[in-house]
Amino acid sequence: MAKQNTNETVQKTKKTFKRANEDKFQRGDGKIANSAINKSTDKKLKAKLHKVNNNYAEFVNHAAAANEYLLQEQQGFIEAENELEKTFKLTQDEIYKSVDKTTQLKAIDLKLTEFGPYSVDFNRNGTHMLLIGKKGGHIASLDWRKGELRCELNVNETINCGTYLQNEQYFAVAQRQRVYIYDHEGVELHRMKQHIDVQNMNFMPYHYLLATSGNTGFLKYQDCSTGAMVAELRTKMGPTKSQAYNPYNAVMHLGHSNGQVTLWAPNMSTPLVKLLSGRAAINDIAIDRSGRYMATASLDKTMKIWDVRMFRELHTLENLPSPGTNLEISDSGLLAMSRGPHVTIWKDCFKSNKMARPVFSSGPQHNQHRNTPYMTHMFPGNKVENMKFVPFEDLLSVGHMNGVKNMIVPGAGEANYDALEVNPFETAKQRQEQEVRGLLYKLPADSISLDPNVIGTVNKTSSKSRLATKDLTMMGLNAGDDKREKDLPEIRADVKAKNSGLRGFLRKKTKNIIDERKVKVEKALEREKWERNRKQRIQKGEIGEDHKDEVDTALSRFG
Amino acid sequence: MKIKTINRSSDTYVPVKSTQESYIPRNLDKELHPLERSREYVKALQATKLERVFAKPFIKQLGRGHVDGVYQIAKNYNILNQIGSSDGDGIIKFWNLNQKMGDEEVLQFKGHYGMCTGLAFTQKSETTNGMLLSSGNDKAIKLWDVGTLTNELKQTSQESFQMGDKLNKVGLVKTFHDDYAFQSIDTHKQKFNQFVTGGQSLKLWDMTRSTAISDLSWGNNTVQHVRFNHSETDIVCSSGSDNSVVLYDLRTNNPIQKMVQQMRTNSICFNPIEPMNFAVACEDHNLYYYDMRNLTKALQVFKDHVSAVLDCDISPTGTELVSASYDKTIRIFDLTHGHSKEVYHTKRMQHVFQCKYTMDSKYLLSGSDDGNVRMWRGKAWERSDIKSTKYKNKLEYDEKLKEKFKFMPEIRKIKRHRHLPGVVKKAQEIKTIEIQSLKKREANENKFKKEKNYVSEREKHIVRKVFE
Repeated sequence: MAKQNTNETVQKTKKTFKRANEDKFQRGDGKIANSAINKSTDKKLKAKLHKVNNNYAEFVNHAAAANEYLLQEQQGFIEAENELEKTFKLTQDEIYKSVDKTTQLKAIDLKLTEFGPYSVDFNRNGTHMLLIGKKGGHIASLDWRKGELRCELNVNETINCGTYLQNEQYFAVAQRQRVYIYDHEGVELHRMKQHIDVQNMNFMPYHYLLATSGNTGFLKYQDCSTGAMVAELRTKMGPTKSQAYNPYNAVMHLGHSNGQVTLWAPNMSTPLVKLLSGRAAINDIAIDRSGRYMATASLDKTMKIWDVRMFRELHTLENLPSPGTNLEISDSGLLAMSRGPHVTIWKDCFKSNKMARPVFSSGPQHNQHRNTPYMTHMFPGNKVENMKFVPFEDLLSVGHMNGVKNMIVPGAGEANYDALEVNPFETAKQRQEQEVRGLLYKLPADSISLDPNVIGTVNKTSSKSRLATKDLTMMGLNAGDDKREKDLPEIRADVKAKNSGLRGFLRKKTKNIIDERKVKVEKALEREKWERNRKQRIQKGEIGEDHKDEVDTALSRFG
Repeated sequence: MKIKTINRSSDTYVPVKSTQESYIPRNLDKELHPLERSREYVKALQATKLERVFAKPFIKQLGRGHVDGVYQIAKNYNILNQIGSSDGDGIIKFWNLNQKMGDEEVLQFKGHYGMCTGLAFTQKSETTNGMLLSSGNDKAIKLWDVGTLTNELKQTSQESFQMGDKLNKVGLVKTFHDDYAFQSIDTHKQKFNQFVTGGQSLKLWDMTRSTAISDLSWGNNTVQHVRFNHSETDIVCSSGSDNSVVLYDLRTNNPIQKMVQQMRTNSICFNPIEPMNFAVACEDHNLYYYDMRNLTKALQVFKDHVSAVLDCDISPTGTELVSASYDKTIRIFDLTHGHSKEVYHTKRMQHVFQCKYTMDSKYLLSGSDDGNVRMWRGKAWERSDIKSTKYKNKLEYDEKLKEKFKFMPEIRKIKRHRHLPGVVKKAQEIKTIEIQSLKKREANENKFKKEKNYVSEREKHIVRKVFE
């Protein structure tokens, strides 16, 4: 016995060793609570559940250990060496000079003066860049690191926005009226006439859905693998100003001109959640990759940071010099905001304590504990059109009036990618296989909900209504008496019709549900009415106290 | 000011040659794997669909089968590929399973006049790798030497055997006679010489003697089926025509327990891994799984057949049970679950009298009324070819996912769906209605009874047992 005990303690000490970064590898709701397991009296089941727990703990531990030892790359950073140095005082030129050659090569600056403000988009692994000259109708897709142009075309009409689909082989562009899909050679594949006047577009890679919204006030989901229109949701809030895709649960966030942010899933005709995030139109929304934090910029010159799982406002920045136009959050949690010609980047601003609240500059009450910007940049005499953090790179690509510039932002990108998920170094073969796999494992559109871990779990509400076979046999198969019937009010002839308890009872229930109980209540109401009538007639002297309607009594037994 | 940016060297990430595998770094951070659970669910769903796509259970029939129906199959517990079978004509055939299709038949004997009712392999000894013992309706037991076909042990002997120059020892070794016809035979799992027979009575024999060494029977009933325990080797279990299942101990030469069910038991099989447990195939369409220490209640009831169950066998891994039935189907059960997870049938297969797991648990053998010995896969979607590590990992991953999401309605529906012969389906429908009306009647009776008694499904069929 003693020996067994020591064995157990050895095992326990082995298991309780916890690594610092384990939280990153926890999945779903984590372990099953011991209290929940111990509720069961089934020994086999308990043992199985404990085994599941142990396996899970082992997985987390191993993954954390692997992360510590096996990951090759390290995050980038800028570190001030003393308190007097401020990272936001570094200019792009200074950074450019002090980084290595490969990064310098990536910091491209394209001068494209002819076709108006440019916006950029990247495919999922960041190898290709989609350039869109909005006023001039210029579209270009290029492998930006190699400097190879894949295609270039001019559509001779204004373009609102564009995005890559599942890989760099296809991209969708919202032009003046319709949305078009082009392939990697610039051949027009589809003209989607259901999408009218689209201003915002997102591709949902796991569902193969293209979500569009714009001036019509509709949010439309189109399946890009089958071509079916999955959902057309009417927002009823006028033109949609901005749109963002939440990668955690695939919910779409829309920003409206009345300052509201609404959350949508294709299987619900009403928004899942409505948030008031400003007193004027929402210019842009950004969501971080964990799906927990959302930042919004409004025309009322505020920027807000939300915790979207708690639906709680974390920080507000008011009275900006001018309203923010674009917001982006990088993989490592840097928040970038553009405001006219300015680009400002903060670090660590998603914590709830006051010190994390982003502030604008080292103004009069400057002290070291305030979250001053991590980096700033200005495009003189210019205006930022849109920004995108380049996936898996320390770069922020900024589209402006005269072209596109890749700003170097050390510490912005995820250093260690998972090649089975998104691979920046993928070969053509791997890309093809990935596409097939993506289609094979395409998620159904109606599986989108606020909690992505709900699938495959038990519906706890129905457990109460279940009975064991034994109990059912004892009761003669059906439980019978509805408990709710006990609290039906009595039939009372002496009460006025409008005060009848039964009537109130009927009103309480929704109109379109007809069940056994409702039929009973209705019948009782009818009986009450008849009795009231009879009472009145007796009072008036029309009939005697002991009057009996012969026909009625004869037939009443059938009622 | 210290500045550093991500700098991936393409030397590590891009393969130098086109033949080189590219580097696949992993990072299990949950934020890099969004919507993991729903994706796993979809993967499980696809894996389940693929499982049904790949389900091709039937492999082949052995040789040209028998002329009459196959009523006995015996497997050699020591050698994977050796199988004996016998039919209603008294013909005994000996098969080598890893010959190419059509050539599996190695030996054939005209064993008995009339039906051959029992067949079993003896244990290994210094001289043989197991001989065949057969019993028949002609009141004889015959011992056959099937040669030294040990191609798993000695490759050379098999080659010489194929040349046809061997076979010197092959043939009838010894005959035992008794006064009555035999119904069943089984050999001791440890002692080479001992075996028991069932018939008019349960008898213990020794190969060195010409007559039985003891008569163990209890009462005057015919013994239908006998089986030795695999681990506690002196325990014998028999089933009788009085619907009884009796356990004997050869060390004391006495019966130890008797239990009577409502209907007759056709076959018994001990679990090779959990030696105290055994399964019985019953005439009432069900199989029951018992702990021999406590026969008041079945551990599990296996329902699904729509006609009498004629044979059962527990896989050598001790987790699965295969049953053959008069309804022309074979079903595979998980020992922990009361309904079958698989049902096999073909158009030409008639009433199935025998089914056995091969000793590697991967294949099934069935013998049926139409005279064919058929070979099936234990898992219908599994293939036994050599697989790459990548593919093996994928299969393992899929297996785990299927397990994880097996209760999801869509997955469960796909996983459970089987095509059944029209006759069986119709019989199933009728049976469900019958059972439901019986249950309803029982419930109605219970409703108005003062003393409500609930008998669990696991003890309903047990009439009584003798020793408390």
